[in-house]
Amino acid sequence: MATRAARLDVPGWLFVPAVAGSLFIILPLAAMLTRVDWADFPELITSPGARTALLLSLKTSSVATGLCLLFGVPMAIVLARTTFRGQDVVRSLVLLPLVLPPVVAGIALLYTFGRRGLFGQTFEAFGVQIAFSTTAVIMAQTFVAMPFLVVSLEGALRSMGPRYEAVAATLGARPTTVLRRVTLPMVLPAVASGAVLSFARALGEFGATITFAGSLQGTTRTLPLEIYLQREVDADSAIALSLLLVVVAALVIGLARRSATAT
Amino acid sequence: MTPPRRYPAVIAALVAMAASGCANSANSPTAEITVFAAASLQKTFTQLGKQFEAANPGTSVVFNFGGSSDLVAQLQQGAPGDLFASADTVTMDKAVTDALIAGEPSVFATNSMEIAVPPGNPADVDSFAALADPDVTVVVCAPQVPCGAATVAIEENTGVTLSPVSEESSVTDVLGKVTSGEADAGIVYVTDVKAAGDTVETIEIPVAVNATNRYPIGVLAGSGSPELAEHFQDFVLGPQGQQVLADAGFGGP
Repeated sequence: MATRAARLDVPGWLFVPAVAGSLFIILPLAAMLTRVDWADFPELITSPGARTALLLSLKTSSVATGLCLLFGVPMAIVLARTTFRGQDVVRSLVLLPLVLPPVVAGIALLYTFGRRGLFGQTFEAFGVQIAFSTTAVIMAQTFVAMPFLVVSLEGALRSMGPRYEAVAATLGARPTTVLRRVTLPMVLPAVASGAVLSFARALGEFGATITFAGSLQGTTRTLPLEIYLQREVDADSAIALSLLLVVVAALVIGLARRSATAT
Repeated sequence: MTPPRRYPAVIAALVAMAASGCANSANSPTAEITVFAAASLQKTFTQLGKQFEAANPGTSVVFNFGGSSDLVAQLQQGAPGDLFASADTVTMDKAVTDALIAGEPSVFATNSMEIAVPPGNPADVDSFAALADPDVTVVVCAPQVPCGAATVAIEENTGVTLSPVSEESSVTDVLGKVTSGEADAGIVYVTDVKAAGDTVETIEIPVAVNATNRYPIGVLAGSGSPELAEHFQDFVLGPQGQQVLADAGFGGP
């Protein structure tokens, strides 16, 4: 990491919109706190439905983050370090889920991997049933979360520049050695923060999941889906679970930031 | 770089847009009522609103459609409205208990359940009992929402226990899984099937075991024009309103 620069003076008026923006994000979260039924809170967040949903969310988000790393890191490196025809188009397309409404992502997945989708028959021939399974949840989460990792890692690779890798190559290191010994160690903080973003996005995933995977306790009903359902019958429970989700997300981001600044 | 000078122009444009938006709502006809209505009434009530406005010049009926429980939550938070039409009596009871309704609500329509299957009926579903077959992928509403409660009632009436692959939060999601062919069958309202047209086929559930949802309507206690609200309520309960509802597949009260 670069040495910490001397603190720059920012124009004072900048604080007005900066504080307004922060309040806009923080106030709704604070407002939620005022509506929590604290007396029943422990009971509400430890109900079987809530526990199962939280566990499923953590499990699927972890696997989705793993898949994002497995495919997203190579994607980012290829996009940042090579040039090929149509690269800009490919980059725009793979980053599309960032701006796509999640419901649209769900519909797209449905028409690709659903039973009547492009590859649905192929999977069914192998005896693999994706529809309404935990696999479908993980696929939905990976689809919406992967671009977060790709975009942050590609940015880091570009701003780092290829000079260290070039030096390693002139010293006779093979491409795989350069990747393992030079490239990856240098962008490790970016990989970590990209993974955290992906995990957080996967944890909050709702639209694509409900459209593509359905909602069944223990199989496809993640915490956001449980909150949406509880809202119908029990507002207190929905608020308690929302707070639980916020706390888990905040913990993940906090821990990751701490480990990122430590490296 | 964009010269910073441009920003005031953008802000001015936004302010102008906001102001014209306000002006529009202020220009409304002499008498206006806002009707909070269940999402399943969107088509029929929009049509009834137009007919009512045509029959009563100078009036305007504005709708706020949404899930019945969402609407009650909005009313509890002080949203201004004149009339409330719910998709089930449980939700209306909630509104009555919270003193949101003036007087007694009246039931204006009923809706029962039907089995929806994708065109061609790939799993050869021919009855409710056939849905218990583990090879048939069935999608239902979660028991927490009215359409799911109705499904549970049918399971009790028939003694058939379903093992659905998904319990959706809304009937729209159930229908979506059927029209896309993801599910072999789904339990939805008769009116949804009617609105879905050719995209699904249906298998009826016998009246004896079917569950019926009753739709109540009531004038809101906070209404600014309770007379006009009552007038529209009578219109819904009257012959013209009942005809539009029947055409959409609703049963009589």
